Amino acid sequence: MNGQNIIEIQNLTKRYGSITAVDNLNLSISKGEIFGLLGPNGAGKTTTILMLMGLSEPTSGSISVAGLNPTREPIKVKRIVGYMPDSIGFYGDMTGRENLYYTAKLNRIPEERQDDLIDSLLAKVGLKDAADRKVREYSRGMRQRLGVADVLLKDPEVVFLDEPTLGLDPEGTAELLDIITELGKKEGKTVLISSHLLHQVQAICDRVGIFVKGKLVAAGTISELAQKIGGERAIEIKASPIEAFPSDVVRSMPGVNSISMQNDMIVIDGAGHELAPKIVRELVAQNMDIYHLKIRGSDLDDIYHRYFQEGGASSNG
Amino acid sequence: MDKLKDFLLKKFKSSSSEENSGGVKVVFIKELADQLSSIRCLILFALIALTGIVSFYSAASNIGAVSEDSGANFILIRLFATSGTSLPSFTWFLSLLGPLVGLSMGFDAINAEQNSGTLTRLLAQPIYRDDVINGKFLARLFILALMTFALGGFVAGMGIILTGVAPEGEEIVRLLIYLLLSIVYMAFWLALSMLFSVIFRQTATSALSGIALWLFLTIFLPIFAGMVADTLYPITDKADALTQLNNIRIAQGISRLSPSTLYSEAAITILSPSVRTLGPVLMEQAYGAIPGFLPLGQSLLLIWPHLTGLIAGTVIIFGITYTLFIRQEIRA
Repeated sequence: MNGQNIIEIQNLTKRYGSITAVDNLNLSISKGEIFGLLGPNGAGKTTTILMLMGLSEPTSGSISVAGLNPTREPIKVKRIVGYMPDSIGFYGDMTGRENLYYTAKLNRIPEERQDDLIDSLLAKVGLKDAADRKVREYSRGMRQRLGVADVLLKDPEVVFLDEPTLGLDPEGTAELLDIITELGKKEGKTVLISSHLLHQVQAICDRVGIFVKGKLVAAGTISELAQKIGGERAIEIKASPIEAFPSDVVRSMPGVNSISMQNDMIVIDGAGHELAPKIVRELVAQNMDIYHLKIRGSDLDDIYHRYFQEGGASSNG
Repeated sequence: MDKLKDFLLKKFKSSSSEENSGGVKVVFIKELADQLSSIRCLILFALIALTGIVSFYSAASNIGAVSEDSGANFILIRLFATSGTSLPSFTWFLSLLGPLVGLSMGFDAINAEQNSGTLTRLLAQPIYRDDVINGKFLARLFILALMTFALGGFVAGMGIILTGVAPEGEEIVRLLIYLLLSIVYMAFWLALSMLFSVIFRQTATSALSGIALWLFLTIFLPIFAGMVADTLYPITDKADALTQLNNIRIAQGISRLSPSTLYSEAAITILSPSVRTLGPVLMEQAYGAIPGFLPLGQSLLLIWPHLTGLIAGTVIIFGITYTLFIRQEIRA
């Protein structure tokens, strides 16, 4: 095992009956990294996390978390790994603080340390004032934040967050992402976030992996992923009057593959980065007004869609 | 020798710290607090306590008739199994309502946590899965025991005051055995309802299946047993002794499949030492028998199959529950 990699997954497969939830997954995550696991619902993200925790048994393949095998030594793994499930639940008729005390006792945190630890964590997630209210009265965002405190109680080396921002309003999301970023950047914890919401993940992750139908179709930094599909970029332009568009001139430019119309947009397939300035100059020369110009394939949305289409196509065909 | 002792001690210590995550205790205490503060639990306890006390009181007011029939020995414990002028006996109420207590405690033990999402979080903590199910079962069992002894002690105390008779040593032993029997009986239903809570995702489904089985076993099975027996060995005017005997045997055999029949029979036997047999007796067998009380050992011998049956049923059902829970996928 590579000493740098805290999580090492090899040829991992999980089948539920005839359904393959995770299909031959290979992934390694290094210590202190914030890794985003992206994919639509039902892509196998949660299943993968459950297997990493030892809560579910893999059909085949091997996993190592900090050198431990979660299937064989689940207790040791659970001691160093914190997991926040996607629909995190607390005991509604207990207060937030009582819920944390229960977790603390389950983690055998010495009693004399419990009070201070819980107080500081509640302050950290901004629940100090609500700590003695019953969880039943908590809002969704407060529950999520209590979930973060709950995960951090055991001072984990690795944190798994399953859809942490699901159902949160933008403000709540921003607060939560701040807390997560702090975990990764300041405290050096390894964080694995699963989500189907790209933009949030894009903002805080060092690397992302794209998961489609149980397969990891791509992994790397955002710019790496963008580069991988860079050769097939396209430019979309909104300009008027549309009749003035010099299609002959543009078509004759080197690097242009084709020109097409999508709704009211002109889409030019080709090497976007070099072409864009030239085309703009041409359009300005034609006295056209440009309202919108975008090089496709450079942000996560495009990466995401492209990989989803590919993943979907390859497993369908 | 000392070295060996030392070695064993060390071995024991290390294995206990490695193997035992201590989760049972934490889950146990939490579940105990939950149950004790739950309104559901209090209501059922109040129901049982009220009906029990009232029926016992009415039996005790009837004490004259009771002692006239069969003497004044064991009067205290016999009051438990005696019906008053207008009310059935204490044991009858407990055999009917005891299952409800067990069912109400266990029917949402697992699936409620599954639905609220706390189970995944609980299992993500460094404890074994066994700890969760064992802690939950033990906490509920503890409360059953607490309830039963509290109620039994209270009612017995009330009996001493009402009758003015001090209990004999054997009476106390018999009373303790009866209370233990009641705990086992309710534990059976507890295990059953926990099994349903593992099998069914919806708490309403598991509660209803528990209640359905309770109704079937306590009310319909005895009726059903009589019907089967009458069909196989019809009792007519001309029926001979053998047919009548077979009829009773079949009916008894079938109704003994129900834990409440087992419990009622065992309770009567242990509480009324004058009960000598639970099956049919021929005139020839009874001829020449001297009426009197069975010694404790003999009464115990008579209910031994009942007791082992109930305990075995409880253990088997809990075993199934345990296995299903351990093997269950967290998300199906």
